[in-house]
Amino acid sequence: MSDMAAKPNLSPGVQTQGGIGSAAVPATEHGDHLHHDDHEHHDQHWLWKYVFSQDHKVIAKQFLITGMFWAILGGTLSSLFRLQLGWPEGSMEWLTPFLGKWIQAGKLNPEFYLALVTMHGTIMVFFVLTAGLSGTFSNFLIPLQVGARDMASGFMNMLSYWFFFLSSVIMFSSLFIETGPAAAGWTIYPPLSALPQSIPGSGAGMTLWLVSMVFFIVSQLLGGVNYVTTVINLRTRGMSMSKLPLTIWAFFLTAILGILSFPVLFSAALLLVFDRSFGTSFFLSDIYIAGQALSNQGGSPVLFQHLFWFLGHPEVYIVIMPAMGMVSEILATNARKPIFGYRAMIGSLIGISLLSFVVWAHHMFVTGMNPFLGSVFMFLTLIIAVPSGVKVFNWLATLWRGNIRFTAAMLFGIGFVSLFISGGLTGIILGNATLDIQMHNTYFVVAHFHLVMGSSAFFGLFAGVYHWFPKMFGRMMDEKLGYIHFWLTFIGVYLVFMPMHYVGIAGFPRRYYAWTGFDAFSQFADMNRFISIAAIVAFLGQFIFIFNFFYSIFRGRRATENPWNSTTLEWTTPVLPGHGNWPGEIPTVYRWPYDYSKPGSEVDFIPQNVPYSQTHSSNLPYEQDMAD
Amino acid sequence: MTALTILLVLVLLLVVFGLLFRLQILTSIFSGTFTRDIGMSNSVNAILMLVFLVFGGAWFAYSFVENFNKMNPPIASIHGHQMERMFWTTMTVIGIAFAITQTLLFIYAYKYQHKDGRRAYFFAHNNKIEVIWTVIPAVVMAALIFAGWKAWTRITGPAPKNSVVVEVMGKQFNWLVRYPGRDMKLGVVNYRMIDAVNEWGFDLSDKSSLDDFTTNEIHVPKGVPVLIKIRSRDVLHAVYMPQFRVQMYAVPGMPTRFWFTPTTTTDEMRARLGNPKFNYELACNQVCGGSHFAMKATIIVDEPDDYQNWYATQQSFSQKNPEVLAAFKQKAKTMVSQVAEPTEAEEVAPAPLAASY
Repeated sequence: MSDMAAKPNLSPGVQTQGGIGSAAVPATEHGDHLHHDDHEHHDQHWLWKYVFSQDHKVIAKQFLITGMFWAILGGTLSSLFRLQLGWPEGSMEWLTPFLGKWIQAGKLNPEFYLALVTMHGTIMVFFVLTAGLSGTFSNFLIPLQVGARDMASGFMNMLSYWFFFLSSVIMFSSLFIETGPAAAGWTIYPPLSALPQSIPGSGAGMTLWLVSMVFFIVSQLLGGVNYVTTVINLRTRGMSMSKLPLTIWAFFLTAILGILSFPVLFSAALLLVFDRSFGTSFFLSDIYIAGQALSNQGGSPVLFQHLFWFLGHPEVYIVIMPAMGMVSEILATNARKPIFGYRAMIGSLIGISLLSFVVWAHHMFVTGMNPFLGSVFMFLTLIIAVPSGVKVFNWLATLWRGNIRFTAAMLFGIGFVSLFISGGLTGIILGNATLDIQMHNTYFVVAHFHLVMGSSAFFGLFAGVYHWFPKMFGRMMDEKLGYIHFWLTFIGVYLVFMPMHYVGIAGFPRRYYAWTGFDAFSQFADMNRFISIAAIVAFLGQFIFIFNFFYSIFRGRRATENPWNSTTLEWTTPVLPGHGNWPGEIPTVYRWPYDYSKPGSEVDFIPQNVPYSQTHSSNLPYEQDMAD
Repeated sequence: MTALTILLVLVLLLVVFGLLFRLQILTSIFSGTFTRDIGMSNSVNAILMLVFLVFGGAWFAYSFVENFNKMNPPIASIHGHQMERMFWTTMTVIGIAFAITQTLLFIYAYKYQHKDGRRAYFFAHNNKIEVIWTVIPAVVMAALIFAGWKAWTRITGPAPKNSVVVEVMGKQFNWLVRYPGRDMKLGVVNYRMIDAVNEWGFDLSDKSSLDDFTTNEIHVPKGVPVLIKIRSRDVLHAVYMPQFRVQMYAVPGMPTRFWFTPTTTTDEMRARLGNPKFNYELACNQVCGGSHFAMKATIIVDEPDDYQNWYATQQSFSQKNPEVLAAFKQKAKTMVSQVAEPTEAEEVAPAPLAASY
C-alpha cells in the first residue's frame, strides 16, 4: 500500500464542473484500480464515477460539499439579520446591490427580515445539520466502520443525494422570486404559512418551500433505509452489535428516528398544501383577513404544531446524535483511552432516541393545549436530562487520566462537550412548563438551542471533518489553521450566545425586527450590538476552515493509512480506499473498538481486526479464553 | 459597483491570506517542525484550555452580575413571584452542574495533556459510579418536575369565581380589547360579521353583546384575579405580558385563556422605578407577519375603586355605533318577514357559527 501514498492521486481540474455538489469532488479512486476486486467499474465515464456515483464515499463528499455551500449561505443570512438587530437605526443602503428591493430607503424590509430568519433556520436545521452532517458521515463511515464494500443499495444511496440536490435547487431558487422566500418561521405555523394575504412570503415562496421539503424528506428516507439496512445486514465477520463503534450506533439510531418521524412532516406538509391550494380546512378556521371572511371552518392550527413537532423534536436529536457518536470516537482516540461506559453510552443513545418521540409538545406548552398534556410532557422532557447527563459524565471520565493529543478534531470534540453542557442545562428551564410560560419564544430559547443543537452539532461536524479528512481525501488538513479556527469559533460562539440568555431572561421575543418600540426591551441596545459583532466575526472565521478544506484537498500533507493510530476498521483501508473499500478480503473483527492503552500491550492501540491470539500479553482473562 | 468592490476586496484578502499561509508552511518545513508528531502546539492548546476556563469563567461571572438587574424586569403578579423563585432555584441547580462539569472538562484537558512516556489509564467502566451519576440527576430532576408540576396545575387551573373578565383579540397588527359590560357576560361574536366598524364581529342580535364595550388599553384592578380570554381573527398571535409572567397563544377558531392576579398598580410601579413613563406592555410573541414586532398594547393596573369608576363610565359598542345596531335590527326584521312568523327578533337570530362561551 505504501507505494500508493507516493503516487499523485489527485488531479485537480480534470473532474466535472457540473453542479454545486460535484464541482469540487476530487478523484478518489485514481491509482488503485489494480488493487481492488471489483472490476466491473473500470472504464466508467466520469459522469457515472463522480457525478451520478453510487460509491458511498463519493456520495458522502457530495453531501459534505453541498452542506458547506448551504452553511455559508445560512451564515450569510444570519449576518444580515444580525446587522439589523445590532444597528436598528443604521442605514443598509450599501446592501442594495445585493438585496435590491428588500432595502427600502436604507432600511431592511421587515417582511424580508422574517424571510431571512426563516431561511436561516430551514437551511441550518435541514440542509446543513441533517443532510450535511448525517448525510456525509453516515454515508462515509457506515460501510467503512462496519466492514462493508458499500451501502446495501448504492443506487438508492445515489438517489438520496440527488433528491437532496433537487430539493436544494428548489429551495435556493425560492430566494430569488418576486414575493420573496418563505417567511413564516422555519416552523411554518399556519395560518400565517397558509395565507398569502397574511405575508407575501406565504405565496410562491412557501409553495417552493413545501415542494423542496417533500423532496428532502424522500431523500432522508432513501438514505435512512439504506443506513439501517447496511448496519443490520452488512457487518463483517465478528462485528456484532456490541462491537460497533459508537459512531455507528449513533448513525443507526439517527436513521431510525428519521424513518419514523420524517413521514409525519410529510403528512403535515401535504395537508398544508391541501389547505393552501385545494380549499380544505385542516388547519384553518374562523379567519377574517384582508377585508374578507374565509369560508374555512373547523380546522386547528394547533394540530399542525403537533404534526410538525412530532418530527421537529426527534429532528433535533437527528442533528445532535451523529455529533455525539463522532465525538465519542474522537475523544477516545485522542485521549488514547477507551470510551468510558461503552454500554452506558449505547443505552443512553437508545434512551434519548425513545424519549425523543414522546416530548414534542414541550414546544407547545402555551399554545392553548390542554394543561394536563403540559404536565405529561414536562415530566417526559425533563427525564431526558438523565441519559444526556450520563453521556456528559462518560465523556469527562474518558478524558480523566488520558494522554491527550490536541488535534483539531480533538479540540472541536472538547468544544462540543462544553457547548452541549452549556446549552443542555438551560433545557431544564425550558422543559419546565411553569418556567416556559415566561421563556417561551424569547431569546432564551434562541440561545438554548443554538448552543445545544446548533453550535454543538457544528462542532461535531467540524470534528468529524478534521478527523476523517485523511480518509476522505488522502491528505491532512493543516493543524495550525485548525487551531486558529477552533479558538476563534469557540470563543465566538460563547460571546454570541451567553449574552443572548440575558436578553431572553428579560423577556425579549425572538423574530422581532426591532425592539425599539418596547420600553422593556430597549435597554439591550449595547448588548445586541455586541452579539452582532461577535456573530459576524465568528462567521467570517469560518472562511479559515473553508480555505483549509479546499487547500488541503489539493495541497495538504499526504496522509498515511492510519494517521491517528485509531482502532476502527476504516483505518485498515488504503490511504484512499477505492470502490469496494478493501483491496483484498474484508477484515474480520475480533474485539471492541476501544482497545487504547491496554495494559500489557506494546502499542497504545489494538485495531479491531487483531485477533486475541496475537495479543496474549494484553488479554483480559475472558479474552484469553477466546484466544485459546 | 459597491458589490464589485466588496467582492474584489474579499478576493484580494483571500489571496494575501493564501500566500501568507504558504509562507508559513515553507518556513516550518525548513525549521523541521512540520513533520513532528506531537509538538509544542499540544501544550500550547492545553494551556489555552486552562486560560479559557479562567478568563471565560471570569468574563461570564462579570457580565452576568453586570447585567443582572437588566435581565430582571419588575414583576407584578402573584404567580409571577412564585415563578421567579422557581426560575432562580433552577438556575442555581444548573449553575452548580455547569460550574462542576465545565471546570472538570477544561482541567482534565489541561492536566492530562500528552506527555512522552506516559500511558493513559485503561478504564473502561465502573458500574458503581455510573449508577451514582445516573441516580443523582434523576432525583434532582424528580424534585424539579414535582415543583414545576404543582405550580403549573395551579397557574393553569380554573380561574376563581370572582375574576374580572377581559377579552383580547389579536389581528394583524394590533390587539382589540373588550369588556363584558354591566351584565358581566361577553356577547357572541362571529368572524363573518367583521367589517371596518365592527372589528370584533359583534352579533348584536345577542342581547348580552349589547352592553359589551371596547377599549384601546387594557385596564385591570390590583389584587383581584383577572381572567384574560384570548382570540385571534386571522393568524396565530401570542399574548405575552412579561411583567405579569403571562403568555398564551391567540388561536383562530380556538379561544384560549389565562388568569393572573396583578399586585402592583401602574402608578406604584412608576414610583418604584422612578420612571413616570413606565407602562406594562402586552407584546405579540408569535410571529404574525411584517409588523409583528410592533404589535403591542398597554396594560393599566388601577386601584380597585379607580377601576370600578373607569368601568362604569365606558360606553358600550352598540351605543357608540347606533348604525350597526340599526343594521342588525333591520336584518332581524327581514328574516322575520321571510319566515313569516311573528316572533321576537332576538329569537330568530342566525345561529352563531363562532364558538360561544
